[in-house]
Amino acid sequence: MKKHTIVALVQDRPGVLTRVAGLIRRRGYNIESLAVGHSEQPEISRLTLVIESDHVEQVVKQLYRLIEVIKVSDVTDDPIVEREMVVLKLHAPSSVRHEIVSISGVFEAKIVDVGANTMIVEMTGTPSKVENFIEVVRGYGIKEMMRTGRIAMVRGARGHNASEYVENTNGSGVVPTLN
Amino acid sequence: MSEQMTGAQIMCEALIREGVEVMFGIPGGAIMPFYFAMWEYRDRLRHVLCRHEQGAGHAAEGYARSTGRIGVCIGTSGPGVTNLVTPIADAMMDSTPLLAICGQVGSHVLGKDAFQETDITGITMPITKHNYLVKDANELAYVFKEAIHIATTGRPGPVLIDITKDAMQKSVVPNWDIKLNLPGYKPTYQPNRKQIREALKLLSQAKKPLIIAGNGVIMSGAGDELRHFAEKLRIPVITTLHGIGSFPEEHPLSIGMPGMHGWVHVNRAIQTCDVLFNIGGRFDDRVTGKASTFAPNAKVIHVDIDPSEIGKNVKVTVPIVGDARATLLALLEEMPAREELADLHSAASDWMEHIREMQDKHQGKQQYVNRADTLHMALPPHDVYEKINQTLALRGNYRVVTDVGQHQMWAAQLLDWNAGPRTHITSGGAATMGFSVPASLGVALAHPDETIWVICGDGGFQMTNQEMATIHQEGIKNIKVAIINNGYLGMVRQWQELFENKRYSGTPLSGPDFAKLAEAYHWKGITVEHSDQVQAAIDEAYATDGPVLIDFRVEREVNVFPMVPQNASIGEMITVDPQAS
Repeated sequence: MKKHTIVALVQDRPGVLTRVAGLIRRRGYNIESLAVGHSEQPEISRLTLVIESDHVEQVVKQLYRLIEVIKVSDVTDDPIVEREMVVLKLHAPSSVRHEIVSISGVFEAKIVDVGANTMIVEMTGTPSKVENFIEVVRGYGIKEMMRTGRIAMVRGARGHNASEYVENTNGSGVVPTLN
Repeated sequence: MSEQMTGAQIMCEALIREGVEVMFGIPGGAIMPFYFAMWEYRDRLRHVLCRHEQGAGHAAEGYARSTGRIGVCIGTSGPGVTNLVTPIADAMMDSTPLLAICGQVGSHVLGKDAFQETDITGITMPITKHNYLVKDANELAYVFKEAIHIATTGRPGPVLIDITKDAMQKSVVPNWDIKLNLPGYKPTYQPNRKQIREALKLLSQAKKPLIIAGNGVIMSGAGDELRHFAEKLRIPVITTLHGIGSFPEEHPLSIGMPGMHGWVHVNRAIQTCDVLFNIGGRFDDRVTGKASTFAPNAKVIHVDIDPSEIGKNVKVTVPIVGDARATLLALLEEMPAREELADLHSAASDWMEHIREMQDKHQGKQQYVNRADTLHMALPPHDVYEKINQTLALRGNYRVVTDVGQHQMWAAQLLDWNAGPRTHITSGGAATMGFSVPASLGVALAHPDETIWVICGDGGFQMTNQEMATIHQEGIKNIKVAIINNGYLGMVRQWQELFENKRYSGTPLSGPDFAKLAEAYHWKGITVEHSDQVQAAIDEAYATDGPVLIDFRVEREVNVFPMVPQNASIGEMITVDPQAS
């Protein structure tokens, strides 16, 4: 099965993430990674999903059935910028610190904490570069690892502009963001 | 209006503003504030107390399906709303506009396993078109407006609103003027004109075209447009189970129902057609059989308002996203000149003749009613349908509500469906046994001047028959129930007979004396055990000024044929009862 990167704009309402995740689960697909956060518009969130599926077109159509989903696209074959961040706590006695620092330099990773026997390294890059970095430092002993999941953005003028979808500010009074 | 109202008063006011006149429900702790407020609005907002929330849900569905308007059902938190889950799922499968209003525990105890607390928004997420948990009275006016908009537009469906008790009790000044904020919900009604012309081009080159009409034609009110379209192109029309009523069966272009218990000539026609135009149907697996072998020679044009239905089960050549009526109107507007349809028209009579020949050769409706193998039986089920069918046509306006199982398929097959849209009401997608009696309550309330026939099995009847009490209490007189009582869960028994070597595991079924049960509920009860008594019983039902139940004790082991075995191609039908030959 092919891996697909899907970008979606959704209304920022409670439960929207559960709805998206639930729909993909119901179709029997595994979410490999998921990243959610604010878009450039306050009431619209943006998420990047990576799923393995041979029927991704159906998944996209089904996602559109969710009322709060505004725009969904499979950007796998588009010209995109993809990024992921990893934070690693490495086993780092003084004897190897120097090596870790120099490897980090090659990968443009940052040393963000140094303890008695540990170092925390933060690294951002394309998913393959992140993968590569993890493999290189694995030998020193990874005590903890946290990855953010992939985020993606289409290059150039085309893309997912959240402000296109904000049509009214709801007149006066109550804000129906339903929080 | 700038005065303060309680959340519960806002709910009543919001429903009235959206045109709601009747609601079906059962009160309980968490929903009590709504019932308290409802009392003030009782002249404009009728509440029907049901005996079980499932009954309330199906009654709301019956109301919605027979009118096209939203059906409203109410349950309290916990078991009240979990009892609504089945009708909600049923409404989702059959695209019924349903609003479920639920009481929830107070917001301060949410998530603490409070008395009668259930996470109903979590439970119903996959079976609603949308749902809400409202904890603030300020949101109620907006949420009710948005919920009813979502339930009734695009592809209709169930929407649930779960409201905490404190939100119903709090007094606020409602704001009725908030505009809908739904950037992700813009149903496409108008079809793409290029696709319309593409579809017409394909159809005008066809030699053996077919139209399949589904529920979408009924929901969009496109019956007339469908007739004009079929007549202009001279294309035979198939009506699915939920398409029944969208096209009159007496029309010369009507050929009947497809699928698992459809007619042989209809399924054969599908397997030989070259262009298949599906409007408002979703290619359910009970229609397609094994999907990979369905309509192997056909280019498919699929019209649906829900884009996710297109290409889901069957490969489509011309996809059209749009409302059935708007699409048919566009097709009629773009209709090519008569000369360009010459090929299509010249092939039309041969094609129709071919289909009618197949119909004569295999079991069509007429041969089927007068089956030789039923002659020895005291009361073959077919005799009941034949008599009901003859009587319906003579006795004024009617609607027929069916349950799920053998009796449902016989009703779809053997009655003549010429009374128009929304006169055949059944549970199709979910196939919910117990649907018919409570659904008929909603249908009868909405159509007090018509006769509402319920055709039901003895199994399904026993699942929800307590709504007979509701029907009596509400003074509803125009419901006539015909139980096709064969003492089995008949459809399952049929499969056991045909595919499991007659291992009747869990299917023999006893019941009470249904006529006596009806009498206990203050209905008229009649028992029929022989064909000679059928007409008199039906006449008595019509003559009685009140609800009537007829217990038709039919031959026990009669099967529904023709039949496509599950997962087989629809070309492979079992056409006659193997026992009879």
